[in-house]
Amino acid sequence: MPTMVYAGAQVTVNDEGFFTDPQQWREEMAPQIARDAGIQTLTDQHWQVIKFMRHEYAEKGTGPSVRALSKTSGVSIKELYQLFPKGPAKLAAKIAGIPKPRGCI
Amino acid sequence: MILGGGTGGTLIANRLRRQLADEDEITVVDRDDDHLYQPGLLFVPFGRARPEAIVRSRGRQLHAGVAYRQGAADSVDIGARRVQLGDGTVLPYDVLVIATGAALLPGETEGLAEATGRGRAFTFYDRPGAVALRGALARFDGGRIAVNVVDMPIKCPVAPIEFSFLADWYFRRRKIRDRVEITFVTPLDGAFTKAACNRELSGMLDDKRIRLVTEFNTGEVDGGRLVSFDGREVGFDLAVTVPVHGGQAYISRSPGLGDALGFVPADEQTLQAKASPNVFVIGDAADIRASKAGSVAHFEGEILTRNIASFLAGQPLSASFDGHTNCFIETGFGKALLIDFNYDTEPVTGRFPGRVGLPLLRESRLNHLGKLAFQWVYWHLLLPGRDIPGVAAGMPRAGKRLDAAQAASRGPAGTKGKV
Repeated sequence: MPTMVYAGAQVTVNDEGFFTDPQQWREEMAPQIARDAGIQTLTDQHWQVIKFMRHEYAEKGTGPSVRALSKTSGVSIKELYQLFPKGPAKLAAKIAGIPKPRGCI
Repeated sequence: MILGGGTGGTLIANRLRRQLADEDEITVVDRDDDHLYQPGLLFVPFGRARPEAIVRSRGRQLHAGVAYRQGAADSVDIGARRVQLGDGTVLPYDVLVIATGAALLPGETEGLAEATGRGRAFTFYDRPGAVALRGALARFDGGRIAVNVVDMPIKCPVAPIEFSFLADWYFRRRKIRDRVEITFVTPLDGAFTKAACNRELSGMLDDKRIRLVTEFNTGEVDGGRLVSFDGREVGFDLAVTVPVHGGQAYISRSPGLGDALGFVPADEQTLQAKASPNVFVIGDAADIRASKAGSVAHFEGEILTRNIASFLAGQPLSASFDGHTNCFIETGFGKALLIDFNYDTEPVTGRFPGRVGLPLLRESRLNHLGKLAFQWVYWHLLLPGRDIPGVAAGMPRAGKRLDAAQAASRGPAGTKGKV
């Protein structure tokens, strides 16, 4: 299992960089994960989504899809893509330190 | 009380009627009397199924002793155990089964309604759409066709791939295939998310010269372009879209029953709704890891019948659904693939349902005949709630090359653990 060091602590991640143990995540790690993914600054709106992802994961055991994220958080899908380009559900999950959301088939 | 008289609602009503005592009343409620054989929709645009031949009366598919009531559900009051219909009628229940499937929500995609109105975009996911598309394909004599899955989850996730394969076959038969460009545009990161199956289907798309565009989250249909939320574009002359799916609107009007998309969260093994112990879910309406497919509703039916009987007897729910799914995939030219999998096992090669049987994950004429024969099986065995000989709720292991499955689950990043 690969490891990464964020905010001075070693954490385990999967091949794509998603945390395998959300317990290892701390808020101060988020800015560095975000920078690695190309987001230079985390705004209040970013944080609102990140905290929402953590909450959804704790409740349901998986991060929400983009559409569910938009409906529940009240942030439009377009805005979510502006905040987290190239896929809000995956990127926000990575920064929030939760596993990659399950696809649906 | 069973809401919905489609595949899941009909077969669970008929199975329960046989299982339960005569004094237990069973009622099926649906807003209309048109039971649509949904697998038939795929063939309508290509002139291979007559639209009027894939609909029958809902009421007539139900056994004697099952009441059928026409009416649209308006909301469910879980606490008071009653359903309110659109005309104000209130129906009390002891056990409720949600079997109202998934709704198509084309309005959720900007510009899709306009493109449909102008005859540029079509869907084959309902009967009027499939009939309109049949006309559009017949008139089409060259250009770009985009087959677009807007967002997951959708019913029958292999149907859009099948549509692409059949379009290739259709235009070859019309001898204009070289003038038609077919592009399959999906939000997934491959043609299909299951590793072994993805490899097979991607190879077939290549062979049939169907272009594959992945991770495309359609934000807008703008004239003759699909535009993704991250700004990519796919141009088309004719778009075949699978619109966004959600649960039926009454679920969102019923406090505590559904999730953000209107599907009903349930225990993926017992099929008991998380909202309340006396509410159960079958088929596409459920928010569980299994595919939205008729075979899932069929396999769930056997499990759910046992669990509802246990619930009524005050016993623990001991029957467990393993996620078993079985799909024929039409590939054109009178052939089809067959895949069979569950929550834990990927589609693999081998034979189904046992060592002697239909070939798995391999194109064959036998599978195509199986798919055609299935329509008879559907009306005469599946809906009446009879067991199909040799096919049980639990996924069969004999005949499968499961060593290959384990290798696949150790496959490259991004292909593991997805359902």
